[in-house]
Amino acid sequence: MNPVNYLYLAALLFTIGATGVLIRRNAIVVFMCVELMLNACNLALVAFSRLHGNLDGQIIAFFTMVVAAAEVVVGLAIIVSLFRTRHSASVDDAGLMKL
Amino acid sequence: MTHIAAYATSTGEAFQFWVLGTVAVIGALCTVFMKKAVHSALCLAGTMIVLAVFYLANGAYFLGIVQIVVYTGAIMMLFLFVVMLVGVTAADSLKETIRGQRWLALLCGLGFGILLIAGIGNASLTEFNGLGEANAGGNVEGLAALIFTKYVFAFELTGALLITAAVGAMVLTHRERTERAKTQRELAEQRVREGRQVPPLPAPGVYARHNAVDIAGLLPDGTPSELTVNKTLRERGQIRDVSQDAINDLRALEQRAADRLERRGAVRPAERAEEASK
Repeated sequence: MNPVNYLYLAALLFTIGATGVLIRRNAIVVFMCVELMLNACNLALVAFSRLHGNLDGQIIAFFTMVVAAAEVVVGLAIIVSLFRTRHSASVDDAGLMKL
Repeated sequence: MTHIAAYATSTGEAFQFWVLGTVAVIGALCTVFMKKAVHSALCLAGTMIVLAVFYLANGAYFLGIVQIVVYTGAIMMLFLFVVMLVGVTAADSLKETIRGQRWLALLCGLGFGILLIAGIGNASLTEFNGLGEANAGGNVEGLAALIFTKYVFAFELTGALLITAAVGAMVLTHRERTERAKTQRELAEQRVREGRQVPPLPAPGVYARHNAVDIAGLLPDGTPSELTVNKTLRERGQIRDVSQDAINDLRALEQRAADRLERRGAVRPAERAEEASK
């Protein structure tokens, strides 16, 4: 099997995630699509690591995971506080920085 | 262990790639196109587990386990918690606010995907270099050696980032009570002063056949009174209306009787035809 197949799969998943971010308007689903994009990047990084024969790609993927965890915590907190003030999780309803 | 994730891929790995890759893509598509957030979350969890298997197949043993523990274990559960907080029934409204936005977004996605895949298509890779050498002392040991030497500064920054994120989440979701909660006496006095509903609220359900708490009691003129149902149920919209139940039962009974009569009517002409042929 050609190693590029992993990269194709990662690109496909990333594209699906990006399209989801553009299409969906529920903030939680938008967030899940962002997670999907991050995961696709991780797959590409792991495949790169094996392509090059060193562990640097895996280290970057590991840092991506940590940053994704931090991002999820803050993002979900924002969604919860938005929902408290506007009673909706739609990204269309959040038109102001002010809560 | 060293020969796994070697430079060449076996037929088994190719088979695994095509089967699980299909599952991953289907899961991703379901994440985007499922109407309810819970279904999206479950599909995304499936995709993440498949990706964990791919990490393991690519010799990233530590990342594969971390993917399952952190992503599907912690992050997806966090998502489900928030979905529950926000409300499982809160489905997307299907009304478009910007005209043609969906088709434009799909077009953009398609173009982006073609661009990305065409770019990768130009790569002339035939085989992996393989992680056999890098993983020789163990995958976790190799990662640890790199993290604590070459990437130690980034690692320390990560710690700062995580603490900031935790504090930020607390600041964002914590709410200080701005006023004192009213005592029972104050509430009673307020009720008398307003003079709207001085006695206790009426009890739910005065139907002969139902007296459950989620069924509104009837007013003298036959309309259901929302006041008789608990405030929480009222706000959730979980009031059950049974005023039409008896009529519906009767209608169903009549329908069934009519069906039976019709069936008997349909059989009879056939019997007659048989008798005639005899």
